[in-house]
Amino acid sequence: MSDVADKTPESSAELPAAMPTRPPEAPADRDFADSRRRIVVAGLVFASVYAAVGLRLVDLGNASDDHSAALASGSTQVSTARPDLLDRNGEVLATDVKSASLFAEPKRILDVDEAIEALATVIPEMRTDESIRRKLSSKAGFVWLKREVSKQQRQKIFRLGIPGIGFMEENRRFYPGGPLAGHVLGTVNVDNQGISGLEKFVDHDMGLADLRATGLVADRGLKARRLSLDLRVQHVVRDELVDAVRRYHAVAAIGIVLDVRTGEVLGMSSLPDFDPNHPEQALEKQNMNRATAGVFEMGSVFKTFNSAFTLDSGKVHLTDSYDATSSLHFGSQKISDFHAKGRVLTVPEIFIYSSNIGSARMALRVGAEAQRAFFDRIGFHGKLETELPEVAAPLYPKRLSEISTATQAFGHGISVTPMHTAVGGAAVINGGLFIPPTFFKRTREEAEKVAVRILRSETSDKMRYLFRLNNTPGSGGSGSKADVPGYLVGGKTGTAEKLENGHYSGNKRFNSYLAAFPMDDPQYLVLVVLDEPKAEKEVGAATAGLNAAPTVGAIIRRIAPMLGVMPRYDQGKPSVASN
Amino acid sequence: MNRTDRSLFASWWWTVDRTLIAAAVALMVAGLIFSFAASPVVAERIGVQDSFHFVKRHAVFFVPALAMLFGMSFLGPRGVRRGAVLVFGASLVLLVAVLFVGQEVKGARRWINLLGVSIQPSEFVKPAFIILAAWLFAENQKRRELRVPGNALAIVLFITVAALLVAQPDIGQTILTSAAWVAVFFVAGMSLWWIIGLGGAGVTGLWAAYTFIPHVHARINRFFDKQGVVKPGGHMTADGYQAQQAHDSFLNGGWFGRGPGEGTVKRLLPDSHTDYIFAVIGEEYGLIMCALVVAVFAWIVFRGFSHAMREEEPFVRYAVVGLVVLIGVQSGINMAVNLQLMPAKGMTLPFISYGGSSLIATAFEMGCLLALTRRRPQATRFAAPIRLEPVAADGRAAAHAA
Repeated sequence: MSDVADKTPESSAELPAAMPTRPPEAPADRDFADSRRRIVVAGLVFASVYAAVGLRLVDLGNASDDHSAALASGSTQVSTARPDLLDRNGEVLATDVKSASLFAEPKRILDVDEAIEALATVIPEMRTDESIRRKLSSKAGFVWLKREVSKQQRQKIFRLGIPGIGFMEENRRFYPGGPLAGHVLGTVNVDNQGISGLEKFVDHDMGLADLRATGLVADRGLKARRLSLDLRVQHVVRDELVDAVRRYHAVAAIGIVLDVRTGEVLGMSSLPDFDPNHPEQALEKQNMNRATAGVFEMGSVFKTFNSAFTLDSGKVHLTDSYDATSSLHFGSQKISDFHAKGRVLTVPEIFIYSSNIGSARMALRVGAEAQRAFFDRIGFHGKLETELPEVAAPLYPKRLSEISTATQAFGHGISVTPMHTAVGGAAVINGGLFIPPTFFKRTREEAEKVAVRILRSETSDKMRYLFRLNNTPGSGGSGSKADVPGYLVGGKTGTAEKLENGHYSGNKRFNSYLAAFPMDDPQYLVLVVLDEPKAEKEVGAATAGLNAAPTVGAIIRRIAPMLGVMPRYDQGKPSVASN
Repeated sequence: MNRTDRSLFASWWWTVDRTLIAAAVALMVAGLIFSFAASPVVAERIGVQDSFHFVKRHAVFFVPALAMLFGMSFLGPRGVRRGAVLVFGASLVLLVAVLFVGQEVKGARRWINLLGVSIQPSEFVKPAFIILAAWLFAENQKRRELRVPGNALAIVLFITVAALLVAQPDIGQTILTSAAWVAVFFVAGMSLWWIIGLGGAGVTGLWAAYTFIPHVHARINRFFDKQGVVKPGGHMTADGYQAQQAHDSFLNGGWFGRGPGEGTVKRLLPDSHTDYIFAVIGEEYGLIMCALVVAVFAWIVFRGFSHAMREEEPFVRYAVVGLVVLIGVQSGINMAVNLQLMPAKGMTLPFISYGGSSLIATAFEMGCLLALTRRRPQATRFAAPIRLEPVAADGRAAAHAA
């Protein structure tokens, strides 16, 4: 075309006039040149038509790329494979099983009514469900009709041979333990993507979510993740909590078992809980994970931290005494003792009799800044740094004041999660090292790298003495019912009155017992919290020493042998000397 | 083959445009292959026992079509003219007859049964009429001194043919014939007044069709109103539905297609073997194959125009333009409708769509084009190129012209 067009001017109509060999005004020549130009015009018209068609083809090609990308995302979302989750000994906690899901490609369905009638012979609700008709009548390329159909249904629908109806193999998450470790493991959504707990963490940690977007996740060959959890310990903790909730009519119960040397969580349970095989149960508010996502005024358990930081400051000694004869007054507020002794108490007495007045005086002796600095170091002022996504931020007074220092000394006016308490407790008794908790396996060497010293080791020695003292039968300590002969259990009770509408209620309690064993070489920490336990008829009271402490004892009695801790009956007395 | 060989075949071989033959034959063979994709579903839908019914018939028509293509290409301009007169005469008679004894299909009388064969005379009248019109325009120019009323005759012929086509009614063929006739007239030196007049008539005609013919009105409205895409809860109309399915075909096919026999949207396209075969090609063979088909049509059109540019003989030039425009407009409209660039208009894709009359008439058309574009000795073809330099002396210019 173009070379012809280039020549056009050469043969323009004026030229023949200059050519003597041809008749000057030959009409044929003029017509020839003119019609050539007109052919060029016609050619341009066609060129634009074919160019438009060509551009439209390219346009559709690009659109089809988007189109197939949409289909591809539909198919990757179904094949999401997840790594198995194992406990520390290799027992399966969560795994994938294959199941078939029914889908339709509405475009390929020839007769919607016929398809629905046929499907209804196998799945009757297809006939009544309006959304099914709407989906099938749509122009979509892919719609789900029913996730997870049984093998029999699948076979029957397959035999119907309805065009545009098909099955896709899906990975379905299965938790063999049911509710056993629901709060730790979390849940997945219908597309097998982690939406809570460690399932969610694993997705983000392994970059699984990103990999899926690029379609790189193979169905098989995902490396199993080994958790710190011990299935047996987890079972014992939950079992004893269930028992405690029934026995003391508690509305909720929390149990945590930590390895104090590594920060590994061996067991964690929060009742009421849910079965991750039925993820909708996780949405009920009462089933929330109280162990890491709920903050509470922990009460007297905090005397552990109060004693630790006051002793560590060097301004308070085990041999010191504080006057607990009468209540402390701060304006209209009054601090008094639950088990009032009405006399001067030594520091160990303050601890085992759980004296609020004594604790407050100890804290005030050292000072508000020191208390705040210590709570900061022990993590009570920030969210837990751990793998579980469900972590709550503690609540604490932003302004320093005498009264808040005094109340925080015995665990009021500050709310932390039970996990904060357990991790802090571990730091107090393990020699003074703060180790962030983990739900995955961690060696001692790895733990040493992340550990931060927050107390001198001598302080930790003294604290273990106090713990053991409080737990020793016959010492008058509040935790004697948690004792397990031969395991040198030590611990601290907490009986907090619950805040209701801004007032401390007299009859609703939040009881806890923070314990560890064996006290001469601490290995494991057990924390049990009972929310609103009621008094047993024959006992008549509902303090922590009467419900939380025995529950801890029951747990230790069962898990200590499993964890390879040998009972020793030669050392009944605390071995730590006072200074 | 030796260039000195003067046999009928040898002289044909050396003068005919072999690239045009290759293009035409490639399209026809491709049409037969695409028929395997597009027509079995139609056979199944209308309940023909043999699902390859249309494929077989396509193959049966393929042979005479090929013979027509090659047979016509052996002729010269005079032979083409004579053939056109014959075909035109016969199809004119049939066009009149079809109005009285034609089979009525979907409200139109287009088919006539002749000796057991169904014929669509409108397919044959197009190329024959265009060749005759080209001849009349050329005669008008050539013999101005003789005052042959060529243009007037061409106009009378056009009105006759257009009236017969509208009477069927067959608006598609009317548009096609008009476009080719206007193109011939235009190239033959249509005056400015005629251009303005015909342009006005075209616009008026479209406006009249839009205003007074309900289904044209509806179609055009639908095209501009979201191009037939159904709104939620809305009712899908037949051609809106077709357009949507054609669109989905291309999307489903993508660049490389689903593969032969793997198409699914074609099942939903009512005229998948005729009007919407381009969409079926898109679904099964991909957009790149579609682009190839477009390229071959474009090749035929531009190659034809380039022949016309070089052609000295007015009749041949105009006839070539007319035939090329017939093929180009028909393929252009078909592809544009398939790609939703135009409101739906039933039109087959030349060479490729199923249809005996369409296939053989297209072969006749292409055969004539081949015959007319054969290389012939021409008065000025071998003259030296005319240059724009000023002529110094008579002698030198004369030498150039010799």
